[in-house]
Amino acid sequence: MIKAESDLKFHQTKSFQERTKKTITLAFLLLGSILLLMPLWWMISTSLKSPEEIMQHPPTFIPESFRFSNYIEAWQTGPFARWGLNTLFIAIVTTIGSVLVNSYVAYGFAKIHFKGRNTLFVIVLATMLIPSFVTLVPQYMLFSKLGWVNTYLPLIIPAFAGSAFYIFLLRQFMMTIPDEYIEAARMDGASHLRIWWHIMLPLTKPALITVALFSFNAAWNDLLSPLLYLNDENLYTLQLGLQTFKGSVQVQWHYLMSMSVMILLPTVILFFFFQRYFMEGTNVSSGTKG
Amino acid sequence: MQQSIMEEKTGTAPKTTEKKKPAKSAVSSRRFWQITSKSKAGKMDNLSGYLFISPWLIGLLFLTAGPLLFSLYVSFTDYNITSQMNFVGLDNYKRMFTMDDLFWTSLWNTLYFVLFSIPLTTAGAVFIAVLLNQKIKGMKFFRTIYYLPAVLSGVAVYFLWMQMLSPSTGLVNTVLGWVGIEGPSWLFDPAWTKPALIFMKLWSVGGGMLLYLARLQSISTALYEAADLDGANSIHKFFYITLPMITPIIFFDVITSTIYAFQIFQEAYVMTENGDGGPGNSLLFYNLHMWKNAFEMFDMGYASSMAWFLFVFIMILTVFNLKIGKKWVYYEGGDNK
Repeated sequence: MIKAESDLKFHQTKSFQERTKKTITLAFLLLGSILLLMPLWWMISTSLKSPEEIMQHPPTFIPESFRFSNYIEAWQTGPFARWGLNTLFIAIVTTIGSVLVNSYVAYGFAKIHFKGRNTLFVIVLATMLIPSFVTLVPQYMLFSKLGWVNTYLPLIIPAFAGSAFYIFLLRQFMMTIPDEYIEAARMDGASHLRIWWHIMLPLTKPALITVALFSFNAAWNDLLSPLLYLNDENLYTLQLGLQTFKGSVQVQWHYLMSMSVMILLPTVILFFFFQRYFMEGTNVSSGTKG
Repeated sequence: MQQSIMEEKTGTAPKTTEKKKPAKSAVSSRRFWQITSKSKAGKMDNLSGYLFISPWLIGLLFLTAGPLLFSLYVSFTDYNITSQMNFVGLDNYKRMFTMDDLFWTSLWNTLYFVLFSIPLTTAGAVFIAVLLNQKIKGMKFFRTIYYLPAVLSGVAVYFLWMQMLSPSTGLVNTVLGWVGIEGPSWLFDPAWTKPALIFMKLWSVGGGMLLYLARLQSISTALYEAADLDGANSIHKFFYITLPMITPIIFFDVITSTIYAFQIFQEAYVMTENGDGGPGNSLLFYNLHMWKNAFEMFDMGYASSMAWFLFVFIMILTVFNLKIGKKWVYYEGGDNK
């Protein structure tokens, strides 16, 4: 009797506690969301303001009048259409390259038994620990000796040599696919090349989409390689164009912000359409690395 | 011919043998097909194996290992793209340690950034992951919002933060003003430039958050239920269950993000005037200094020695991290070596 009563009390306080805990969590999350989204709101709002309004103190949160003309004017300050097409070209070629090459290499590590496979795979993992800046200087010397400076080759060719992280990610995914599929196909006389192309690629589609998204995003947002290798303004990418745009004119925040909105837009759209793949890419790596 | 061998082989041997190791199936097939020797079957797989990993192997030789070793050699010369390579012994290293004050400045700036940004972003990611792991309606929506900033990067994001951090008209100081804090001049004040960048990094903490969230979701609820019975409160549960269970992820996250943080460059290049390292060289990070030596002064010999110092430094740091990791990382299942 007494025990039942105390049990009841225990449960009541428990559920009360649970509810306050949930309320506090929710309040935190809401506050955090507002803080995280505010920069994006700020960017859009600034992009629509007049230069005078941007300089106002204290600043306004909602533009007094929406100057959509900022976008058109900003676009016309430089050859952004050309730079956009350049960037798109590089991003698409490197994306195709990294999807095909990394999955090809990953198939080797996941499904073919060969001498030294484990050692070599450890080397793949170890290369992830080499800071990319360490190889930047010697790579530049190599590419300049080859006469590749001021071409897209230094930006594109490395994507066709595979990347440790994507190889790892795809290999982990392929390990979950039963070997029986491959064996059955081998029995029918299929070569590994055909198995990779006809069986493995379709089966690993989710992981391939993740790799495609990551590498497209990386190419789209890369500043370092274009900055290093491209001198001719006609070859510039959007990131490089935007960076020089800052230096060429006195800082015009309304133009800079409207260009920034336009450059971030593809990433945001991709993110909302393929959110699941973005998040899973991070998860695959964590599940196994943990 | 090969095809028929394959058919016969698996027809006689149970399927599972092939799954484990090729040697096993090769041995079993040898008994029935004397002609297909073990070595031949092994060779077949070796050849296609190497063919498949060849793009990576070529990349390793020509884009990573080769350049790395070449730059070790260059670091002992006075090479500047156009000149001959004259061997100068340890001169570059001597200059780095004894004559180049900016080398020490850049190393200090980078260490400062790493030492503050790594603990803050790690703690932030864990905190947000714990919040997002609660069972509350609309959690999916929150996860999206918290992750979104992590996928945004590049020059546009740096511009946005330059705008927001502008001392009198920026968003950050306006918000600080609401709570009665007079904000600093951020990117214009040598004492505040690095905190400004660390602050910016905290915005995209959602990338790390996902790693922790995945782990948190795999922790057995039985552990928490047992703790409930013992009358543990939320704080106990966090420190005695949650935290030990996520130490492997923290370990991995700290190692990789430390290496990554050492490479800070683009932020400093874009967010300072002409990429010059900011007021009082306060944003002259190691890589920016290396970049200037290599690609503005074309002093490849010196830049290579800087690259090698960084390489060795990070390797030592990583080994150190791996060693002390053994002391505090908890592995479930007791295989804690």
